[in-house]
Amino acid sequence: MGQYIIRRLLTAIPTLLLISFVIFAVLDLAPGDPTGALPETIKPEVRQAIREAMGLDKPMPVKYALWIRQFFVCEPLALLEENMDTNFTFDDSFCKLRLTSWGSRGTPVFDLISQRFPQTMWVVGSAYLLAILIAIPIGVISATRQYSMFDQIGTFFSIVGYSLPTFFTGILLIILFSVKLGWFPSIYDTNLEIRSWSTFVKQIKQMVLPVMVLGLFQAAAVARYTRSSMLDNLPLDYVRTVRAKGFREAYIVVRHVLRNSLIPVVTLIALGIPAIFGGAIITEQIFKVNGLGQLLILSMQVNDIPVVQTLIFIFAVLVVGFNFIADIIYGFLDPRIRFE
Amino acid sequence: MAVQTSTAVEPGALSLAPAERKQRTLWGDVWQRFRRHKLAMVGTFTFILLIALVVIGPMFYTTDPDFADTTYAILEEGKPSPEHLLGTDDIGRDTLARNLYGGRISLAVGIVAMLVAITIGTLVGLLSGFFPSLDSPLMRFTDMMLALPQIPLLLVVSMLFRDTMRKALGVEAGTFALIVIVIGILAWMPTARVVRGAVLSVKEKEFVEAAISTGTRRRKILARHIFPNVLSPIIVSATLGVAAAILTESALSFLGLGFPPDVPTWGRLVVDGQAYLDLNPILSVIPGVLISLTVLSINFMGDGLRDALDPRTRK
Repeated sequence: MGQYIIRRLLTAIPTLLLISFVIFAVLDLAPGDPTGALPETIKPEVRQAIREAMGLDKPMPVKYALWIRQFFVCEPLALLEENMDTNFTFDDSFCKLRLTSWGSRGTPVFDLISQRFPQTMWVVGSAYLLAILIAIPIGVISATRQYSMFDQIGTFFSIVGYSLPTFFTGILLIILFSVKLGWFPSIYDTNLEIRSWSTFVKQIKQMVLPVMVLGLFQAAAVARYTRSSMLDNLPLDYVRTVRAKGFREAYIVVRHVLRNSLIPVVTLIALGIPAIFGGAIITEQIFKVNGLGQLLILSMQVNDIPVVQTLIFIFAVLVVGFNFIADIIYGFLDPRIRFE
Repeated sequence: MAVQTSTAVEPGALSLAPAERKQRTLWGDVWQRFRRHKLAMVGTFTFILLIALVVIGPMFYTTDPDFADTTYAILEEGKPSPEHLLGTDDIGRDTLARNLYGGRISLAVGIVAMLVAITIGTLVGLLSGFFPSLDSPLMRFTDMMLALPQIPLLLVVSMLFRDTMRKALGVEAGTFALIVIVIGILAWMPTARVVRGAVLSVKEKEFVEAAISTGTRRRKILARHIFPNVLSPIIVSATLGVAAAILTESALSFLGLGFPPDVPTWGRLVVDGQAYLDLNPILSVIPGVLISLTVLSINFMGDGLRDALDPRTRK
């Protein structure tokens, strides 16, 4: 297993570096100038000096190397310093500066991100949990009763769920639950602090709609996948053997078929987590949740390259990271994979 | 699966077969199987209907989608009326006309973006499946592209290069080209993988061996023998690709990163109507339903095609 993990790591790290380079290059090639938003009265020489101070005149590979150092060495050190109240910066030239936003009056990028991370995490996390809790039983029942009424309806709804754009389901839910029934708020109150039972209920209420939108979309995919994986396993010999031993059908399905069928599903779930962060961008926009997705959109609108770059790279780290986790889980659940 | 599966009948057996029995072709078989797939037929019918609606519709319903009829500018009065069959939006523009025009753009983006993605995907898949020396680098590249964060990158690229493209090609053409290219570039990877897999298995078939032994050049083997036999996965992913591209474009428009605000696309119409959900919900609901119907019908069609093109899934 150890060897397998190392092999996977050896492919994950170059991929990540390559991706970070692509992201960096794309943003570097893009037109736009950080001094463009400064007042017209600033002299060209001063403007040039500002650019030089920001390191914009250096060749691209140098800028990339500096950025990588900043991202992987300086920022973690700065975060450690803040949390542990110690000083790691030995001399002034090393890691003195933080990666700062071009908007937001030079706030460090990671401060902005850590302000917004919990909201996204809560919404995405509970949506995923909801999706899994709904989807796996539906997939299992659909497969064990293939072509039954339940299966037909389930399959139909999972294609529908997969085809409806999240912004449209979001709007339908708002019309139904906020406008017509008035059960849940359509706008996420970002100032809400949980201090008492009533604010807790309020928090749950405002999370219901975004979580439902994201969760239902994801549930559709997981249910389809569980069903087909179960169908692959049901006719296998080991299932017949267990049946021949006279166990109850429910026991066979849950203990034997489901366990084996979940192997690819677990991978799908791990691989789907980054995608759901991407989907959260739209959901956050509909319900005005101040999460990472909204930060990305806002920063893009004001051309705040450092924030955009960091966010995109974090999304990339998530993709590669969860790919890695999926590989490890797969190798753990299915030992054959390890020896390929 | 060979392209011509016309049942070769030996001369002796000819007299036994009914004289007027039609020759069966691969596509005839596919059509037979496709017809039996009820949802796929419903999907195809709906999709044709939608295309007809947005292509022919504006010829009959001639209201100008950009004209703001100020007598209807107040939302309370923006309800359906004889002049405006589905009512008007907040500044008095005709809802039906805007949806019909929006559909043209959304469908065009979907189809052209799919063509970009399929072309790249097929090319990469064919090359890496056929030439072992290209396989590893191309597949590494594909894996790397798959590991990019699709949606965020899509948003950023279409935002950053918008002005450059608009300057080069004009506002509408530039936006169209940019969106189509960006969606295409970020969506070809699954096709490439599927095509590569199909090529790898077709390559080992006897008819390819026969072609090699008769001295056919490699380029010709690829074009004449392998390509036609990997068409079915390409067709399936092309179909599903249209749906995915339409969804992506509408998401871009929804986030305000697609076409300029005055160009009605379905995604744009949904977000424009979002502010008036309580007064006039159909402003958002109609374009939303249209997007959903289109995507759904294409997905059903794709499902049916997959079953019809792959005889192994026959029940």
